Amino acid sequence: MVSKICTGNYSAAYGSMRSRVRTVAAYPITPQTFIVEHISEFVNNGEMDCEYIEVESEHSAMSACVSASASGVRTFTATSSQGLALMHEILPIASGMRLPVVMAVVNRAIASPINIWVEHNDIMPERDSGWMQVFCDNNQEVLDMVLQAYRIAEDRRVSLPMTVCLDAFILSHTVEPVDLIEQADADRFVPRYKPTGPILDPDDVNAVGVFTPPDYVMECRWQTDKAMRSAVEVIGEVNAAFAKQFGRDHGGLIDPYMVDDADAVLITMGTASSTAHEVVDDMRAEGKKVGLVKLRFWRPYPMTEMRAIAEKVKAVGVFDRAVSFGVGGPSFIEFKSAVFGIDLPVLNFIGGLGGRDVSLADIRYMYDKLLDAAKTGEVRRDVTWVGTRGVSQ
Amino acid sequence: MKLKDLPDEELFTRGHTACAGCGAAIAVRNLMKVLGPNTMVVNPACCLLIFGATYPYLAWKVPFHHVAFENTAACATGMSRAMKVLGKDETLIMGIAGDGGTADIGIQALSGAAERNENMLYVMYDNEAYMNTGIQRSGSTPFGAWTTTTPVGKVKAGKSNFKKDMPLIMMAHNVPYVATASVGHIQDFIRKFEKAKSMKGFRYIQVFTPCPTGWRHDTAKTVEIAKLAVDTGMWTLYESENGKVTISKKPKMTPVAEYLKPQGRFRHMSEEDVKSLQDWVMKKWEADEKYAQCRQ
Repeated sequence: MVSKICTGNYSAAYGSMRSRVRTVAAYPITPQTFIVEHISEFVNNGEMDCEYIEVESEHSAMSACVSASASGVRTFTATSSQGLALMHEILPIASGMRLPVVMAVVNRAIASPINIWVEHNDIMPERDSGWMQVFCDNNQEVLDMVLQAYRIAEDRRVSLPMTVCLDAFILSHTVEPVDLIEQADADRFVPRYKPTGPILDPDDVNAVGVFTPPDYVMECRWQTDKAMRSAVEVIGEVNAAFAKQFGRDHGGLIDPYMVDDADAVLITMGTASSTAHEVVDDMRAEGKKVGLVKLRFWRPYPMTEMRAIAEKVKAVGVFDRAVSFGVGGPSFIEFKSAVFGIDLPVLNFIGGLGGRDVSLADIRYMYDKLLDAAKTGEVRRDVTWVGTRGVSQ
Repeated sequence: MKLKDLPDEELFTRGHTACAGCGAAIAVRNLMKVLGPNTMVVNPACCLLIFGATYPYLAWKVPFHHVAFENTAACATGMSRAMKVLGKDETLIMGIAGDGGTADIGIQALSGAAERNENMLYVMYDNEAYMNTGIQRSGSTPFGAWTTTTPVGKVKAGKSNFKKDMPLIMMAHNVPYVATASVGHIQDFIRKFEKAKSMKGFRYIQVFTPCPTGWRHDTAKTVEIAKLAVDTGMWTLYESENGKVTISKKPKMTPVAEYLKPQGRFRHMSEEDVKSLQDWVMKKWEADEKYAQCRQ
């Protein structure tokens, strides 16, 4: 085992190399740029046998990945924020064609105001794009999930694209010790790529992406929906296989902590989870029964798991690093829909937007509110903006 | 290869649903005979997608790919690099798009692919407007032409800007091959596609393909009108091979009015507008000729 101090961006790039990606098309954008720089170095140093396409935009990056994937090779790309927004048009095409493209998304605020720091509002518009989406909490998880992403995405039961999400700067530019998986081990885990459907092949004539009248589209959509549902099982299997081979279990759709006997739990995505983890430890030491649910997969969403948690605890808080204006956080909205009919207080906390720090005190504030709601069974305010000037706490 | 020597086998077959007299269909049928079966095609949203590839029918006898509208050259890049990875570089990757998909919305991806000298043939079939969406003006629509977004009104009539010079833009990328062709000069057309096929790297051919539906002309006159475009200087036939530019056919400089007359899209043009277009043609030919002289 080679442990090295590296950034989340290095982890993502390294993961693509160890997954034996054969075509990368990517475009620079802060804070993702180091991913494409590292890949270029791997390629130019002869460490990675890959066609690296220095495209002129993210739109072309995703387009080239779709067509390379449709031609039967394993592909990878990475982007952030505005770049992801520019790609938007092509994302549902990748899933509609059932192409297992894998992409690292370094989550950054979407303009305006223009800002380069962490926020999850960039990926929320991609919720319905047919891509699986996993949020990582540390740099090891970033690397491990790139490898897992290929195994999940390329599974015949799934055959859908996937993003591996990491928080801007907090992971992308921060160094942590990471077990850099060796090639032989990676090869044992990620099998050689075999396309799951018809591809563009000069020796076997197929069409990929034809104009389709109303008689056929519903069935295509249904198959994609079924694939996303099947992914739930596959994600669990792949996580178990990974844990068995590498000894690291990141959890499946969710990673619960101290939930079983908790009065109140907080649901978090990305790096806010580590902060919340620490607060849970502190508050448990004080005898307060709080727990944490790290929501790893945004798609497929853990419907069943969330209902089971809601049945168990007295109050749930959802922390969102994104907002659906006028309504609340997207993760909050989703959770409410998942637990519909179960009577318990659900509070939403919106914070950490545009890179604002989410402190231990902020998280403790959320738990205090949750414990209060657990005791009274009341929701005094459903959506609270945390650490925002002009908002009374 | 002579026209009579083209193979009988159709790689873009009958049964497609193009309009009668469609210049694009003539171009595609013939260029596929030249390029042959070891070709993979990527095509954006345009007439050709609809009339050639509407599920469950497919007129193409080679692998066919459609992704979106503005990304033909990026998709062709992905296919081309994938073939390299798989050791199938002998397969010709052809991106084929209309003038809207090339000169307007697709120019960014096209310029990127050309600058990187991606191994592909990019064909623009130029019918001088967005025909698939119902005849809207594009950057490639000529001066004066009626389209549904340059209607003949009381204050303004027809397009007020001149046609974008795409071949010149492509030559400025210093790619191995750039050519203009026409369905009115099929022998020259065959020769240029043969040459493009024999080369590697980025190749661009812009084919002049009249559209009877959008240009408002008799469906039997597609070839005749394409010839008139060359004779009047509205469309210059030339090629640039590794930077050396050769004029393929000198225009007769027939008055441009002869070209305008059979087309309903120009019917409303004033004498003054016709003169403006004639002046533009003279200047364009002069510039094309000079450009060819200095790129020897």
